[in-house]
Amino acid sequence: MPPGITTLAADAPTLSAANTGFMLICSALVMLMTPALAFFYGGMVRVKSTLNMLMMSFISLGIVTILWVLYGFSIAFGTDSGSVVGWSSDYVGLSGIGLTELWPGYTIPVYVFAVFQLMFAIITPALISGALADRVKFTAWALFIALWVTVVYFPVAHWVWGTGGWLFEMGVIDFAGGTAVHINAGAAALGVILVIGKRVGFKKDPMRPHSLPLVMLGAGLLWFGWFGFNAGSWLGNDDGVGAVMFVNTQVATAAAMLAWLAYEKIRHGAFTTLGAASGAVAGLVAITPAGGSCSPLGAIAIGAVAGLLCAMAVGLKYKFGYDDSLDVIGVHLVGGIAGSLLVGLFATGGVQSEAKGLFYGGGLEQLGKQATGVFAVLAYSLVVSALLAFAIDKVMGMRVSEDDEVRGIDQVEHAETAYDFSGAGGGAGSRKTLTEPLPAAPNKKVDA
Amino acid sequence: MKLITAVVKPHRLDEIKEALQAFGIQGLTVTEASGYGRQRGHTEVYRGAEYTVDLVPKIRIEVLVEDEDAEQLIEVVVKAARTGKIGDGKVWSVPVETAVRVRTGERGPDAL
Repeated sequence: MPPGITTLAADAPTLSAANTGFMLICSALVMLMTPALAFFYGGMVRVKSTLNMLMMSFISLGIVTILWVLYGFSIAFGTDSGSVVGWSSDYVGLSGIGLTELWPGYTIPVYVFAVFQLMFAIITPALISGALADRVKFTAWALFIALWVTVVYFPVAHWVWGTGGWLFEMGVIDFAGGTAVHINAGAAALGVILVIGKRVGFKKDPMRPHSLPLVMLGAGLLWFGWFGFNAGSWLGNDDGVGAVMFVNTQVATAAAMLAWLAYEKIRHGAFTTLGAASGAVAGLVAITPAGGSCSPLGAIAIGAVAGLLCAMAVGLKYKFGYDDSLDVIGVHLVGGIAGSLLVGLFATGGVQSEAKGLFYGGGLEQLGKQATGVFAVLAYSLVVSALLAFAIDKVMGMRVSEDDEVRGIDQVEHAETAYDFSGAGGGAGSRKTLTEPLPAAPNKKVDA
Repeated sequence: MKLITAVVKPHRLDEIKEALQAFGIQGLTVTEASGYGRQRGHTEVYRGAEYTVDLVPKIRIEVLVEDEDAEQLIEVVVKAARTGKIGDGKVWSVPVETAVRVRTGERGPDAL
């Protein structure tokens, strides 16, 4: 997110139709990332939990949208209070905002900024769900999302991007959400799974992805939507920074995918589809904080490093015995940390900010700031998310029963199954409780 | 009567069907099956986690024949199913007490 700009009345920005249109399109692109994520995750689980995985992302579109309008935007981007949270009564219910009122220092309306940021708030909790596959009650998850965005996401977004937020004022660079989105979600995922534990059969039963084509579809749509996520984060493109971001997003993702594939070919003997999809996402994650401050060559280096690190990291869950079902920690937390810290090495200065990284003569100062941002968000999110999960578990139970988990969470929580594999005896089921009567038998015409 | 059962590679089905028709067999039953023999299955890798897939896809073919045709039919099926590579499958026969054609009630060899 760009730093706040103080302007004199004489050269105050005016509404730009081009930037406004660009940002509305970017907002729609970022919205697409959440269903894309649903497919990315949905393909990676077993047949019996496909719908639950899709729903865990999709429900975020409902819950977070409403909370954002009610108070989320105000907490994240309202007038600063103590560098920790914001609050502006005009933003409550988005009720006091004029149609052409501009986001301070920019050429787009406040409404446009608010919906663009809303899409970030939606996808962040959805990212967490990948670690919790197959085993969490849907109501508990819905409650977790509502509480988590309220006490973790909205304040952290303020720290990182809000004028007056303490990390923002310190000069931590997080272009489009390395700390606020990816480290935040990855640390939360770790916090929650430490409370709820492993899936039944973890490390014993095979838990192969049921549809790698769905995973590829999701990864492809994520990559596409990510252009809105990253290129839109300059809130316009008057000075070309948005275009630099677009280029860096593409090249870092390509490099990360190739790095992941190379690693697994050497390590495991095959170029896998899941590796290509995962590598691409790792690159997207890593370039998110860094892409506004590095050159395209720097972006290639960042992508390649992130691809390698994440490919190595996803195996750790077996080593340490924690069940991060779909590698939210291995991909988002590790990728987010890599990208955020590498800003401290690869920032060229003169793009998003004047800050230079170690490789461009800036010394260790920016790296230190980046590390502060990384660890502050990581620690806060980890601890608060674990506490939230613990509280919800005490009140209503966070997990479905072991029997239900084995039977399949789709049937239990959603009264549906994803696929109809009708077999002998009518696997499609027989009609029992219909709200409409069965159709009457057709009148037979009998030839006299 | 004998029941000849063959568990073989799925892609040999057409050859076996043609060979059976040439031999004069009127009908057969085919089932999708899975299993393994001495070759076991194969290994798949998902984000570095290796899964051994023991059970590989097979088809199971069942044919009823008269006793005197059984040995020759087994030879026909084996010849049609063979690729020479590992995992070609097995063919066996068991005696059958009786067989009935459901539509007509015919019994024994007439039911075949």
